[in-house]
Amino acid sequence: MNLTAIRAIYLFEMARTWRTLLQSIVSPVISTSLYFVVFGAAIGSRISEIQGVSYGTFIVPGLVMLSVLTQSISNASFGIYFPKFVGTIYEILSAPVSYFEIVIGYVGAAATKSILLGLIILGTAGLFVPLHIHHPFWMLAFLVLTAVTFSLLGFIIGIWADNFEKLQAIPLLVVTPLTFLGGSFYSVNMLPSGWRTLTLFNPVVYLISGFRWSFYEIADVSLGVSVGLTLAFLAICLVTIWWIFKTGYRLRN
Amino acid sequence: MSSIISVTHLSKTYGSGFTALKDVSLDIRRGEIFALLGPNGAGKTTLISIICGIANLSTGKVSVGGHDINTDYRAARSLIGLVPQELHTDAFETVWATVSFSRGLFGKPKNPAHIEKVLKDLSLWDKKDSRIIELSGGMKRRVMIAKALSHEPQILFLDEPTAGVDVELRKGMWEVIGRLRDAGVTVILTTHYIEEAEQMADRIGVINKGEIILIEEKATLMRQLGRKQLTLQLQERLAALPATLEPYRLILDDDGMRLTYNYDTQGERTGITALLGDLSNAGIRFKDLSTTQNSLEDIFVSLVRRSA
Ligand SMILES: Nc1ncnc2c1ncn2[C@@H]1O[C@H](COP(=O)(O)OP(=O)(O)OP(=O)(O)O)[C@@H](O)[C@H]1O
Ligand SMILES: [Mg+2]
Repeated sequence: MNLTAIRAIYLFEMARTWRTLLQSIVSPVISTSLYFVVFGAAIGSRISEIQGVSYGTFIVPGLVMLSVLTQSISNASFGIYFPKFVGTIYEILSAPVSYFEIVIGYVGAAATKSILLGLIILGTAGLFVPLHIHHPFWMLAFLVLTAVTFSLLGFIIGIWADNFEKLQAIPLLVVTPLTFLGGSFYSVNMLPSGWRTLTLFNPVVYLISGFRWSFYEIADVSLGVSVGLTLAFLAICLVTIWWIFKTGYRLRN
Repeated sequence: MSSIISVTHLSKTYGSGFTALKDVSLDIRRGEIFALLGPNGAGKTTLISIICGIANLSTGKVSVGGHDINTDYRAARSLIGLVPQELHTDAFETVWATVSFSRGLFGKPKNPAHIEKVLKDLSLWDKKDSRIIELSGGMKRRVMIAKALSHEPQILFLDEPTAGVDVELRKGMWEVIGRLRDAGVTVILTTHYIEEAEQMADRIGVINKGEIILIEEKATLMRQLGRKQLTLQLQERLAALPATLEPYRLILDDDGMRLTYNYDTQGERTGITALLGDLSNAGIRFKDLSTTQNSLEDIFVSLVRRSA
C-alpha cells in the first residue's frame, strides 16, 4: 500500500478545499440558513408538529442530508473530472499507485469535506432551532456512510462524464429531485398512499429516514431497512468502481 | 551494457481502430541517452504512454528494470519520470506544492533539499512560491520536468522537452540532461530538432507509421554524416572519363555535363587538390563547383521516405 501517495492525493484535494473555502463551505451554509428562514420560520410556523417534533426541528436532518448528498457528489465528481479535463491525470496514471489508492485519496477527501460541511450545517441549524440528538453514534455513522457512498457515486460520474454538461446532468436531473422528494421537508407518511408507495423506490428516503431517526427516534421506514439499503447502495458503487478500474473505462486508452 | 527497458513485439490499436504501433521491439540501455525521432503521428507519444502506464498495450510485452509494466506496475513505474508532450499543469497550486505533490504521489518520503536542488537546477527557485498560472509556457515546461525529477527516477522520458523553449533555455536543458546522464539516469527523448539528437544522444531510433525503421549508434550515423560530395558542372560535354581519373571513382552523369566525387571529411586526405590537378591535366574545365554534406536530417528524411 502506497500510503504516501494516498496522503499526497488526499492533502492535495483538501488544499483545493481550503483554497476555495468560499464555495466549499460558506455558500452551502448560507443556502441552508435560507432554507431555515423560508421553510423553518416563515412557512414552518404555520405547519403543525410532525410526530411530536416542530416543523423547523423536523427538517434539520433532511437539510443536512440534502447538502451532504449534493456536495459529496459534486466534490468527488469534480475532483476526478478536473484532472481528466486539464490533462494532469497523466501523472496519476503514471504513478506507482493502485486504483484502490486513487479512490481512497479522492473519495476520502471529498467525503471529509462533506462531513465537515454536514457538521457545520448542523451547527448552523442549532442557532435556529433547539437540537437534540438521541443517537449521536448512529447520526455520525449515517453521516459518514452517506458521505462516502455519494462521494463514490460522484467519483463514478466524474469518470463517466466527458463534458461539463454530463458532469452536471446527473446531480441536477436525478439526485436533486430525489433528495427533494426523499422526505427532507416532509414525512413520507403525510403523502397519499399511491405516492407513498412510489416514494419507497427512492433510495434517499431510507437515508433521510435513518438519519432523522438518529435525531428524534421517528422514522418513515425501519432502521434496519435504512441501514441495509444504504450499505447495499455503497456496495453497488464499489462494484461499479471496481469494474471501471478493471476495464480501464475512460481512463486509459 | 544491460538494458533497462525492454519492449518486445509491442502493438497498439486504439479504441478507434487505428493501429498506432506495429510490432515494435526496442531495448534501451541503462544509462544511455536515447533519441526517438519520427514525423508527426509516427507513434512516439503512444510508445512512451504505454511504457509509462498512461495507455494500455494491445499485444506484446514491456518491462522496465526487469519488472513487467502490467503485472509489476508499481516497481516499474516508480523508476520512471515522465515529462509529457502537452503542457498539463495545475493552475492555482504553487510550484513548490505541485513538485512536492509529485514526489509524494510516487511514494517517496519528503525531501525538501532534493526539491530545492531540482528547482535550482531548472532555474525555477525564484518562482517556487508562484502559482503555476502565473508562469510562462517555457517555465511551465520546466515545472513539468521538475515534477518528473522530484522522485529521483532512474529513467526520464522527455516527450519533446524543448518545444517552445528559447535557445538559451534549451542549452540549459541540455546541461541538465547531461548532468542527469552523469548521475546515471537513463534518458529517452523525442524531438523534432535533429541537432538536439546530434548533440545529446548516444543512440538514435527512428519511428515512422508505428514501425521502428532504424536504431543506430549516433557515432555510426555520424560517420555516415562525414561523407561529402563535390559536384562539378562541366563546360563541355564529356563522353567518357579518361583513365587517369579512374582512381577517384567519379560519377559522370547529366548527359556528361556533371561530375560527382564522394569523399570522407574525416579521412587523412580528401584528395581534392590532386583531383583538381588531374582534371586540368586532362583538359577538363568546369564552370561551377559545389559541395554538399549529409546531415542527420537528410538521413532521417530519406529513411522516412523510403519506408513510406
Ligand atoms: N487516443 C487516441 N485515439 C486514437 N488514435 C490516437 C490516439 N492518440 C493518438 N492516436 C493516433 O496514433 C498515431 C500516433 O500518435 P502519437 O501521438 O503517438 O504520434 P507522435 O509520434 O507522438 O506525433 P507528434 O510528433 O505529432 O507528437 C496518430 O496517428 C494519432 O492520430
Ligand atoms: Mg507526440
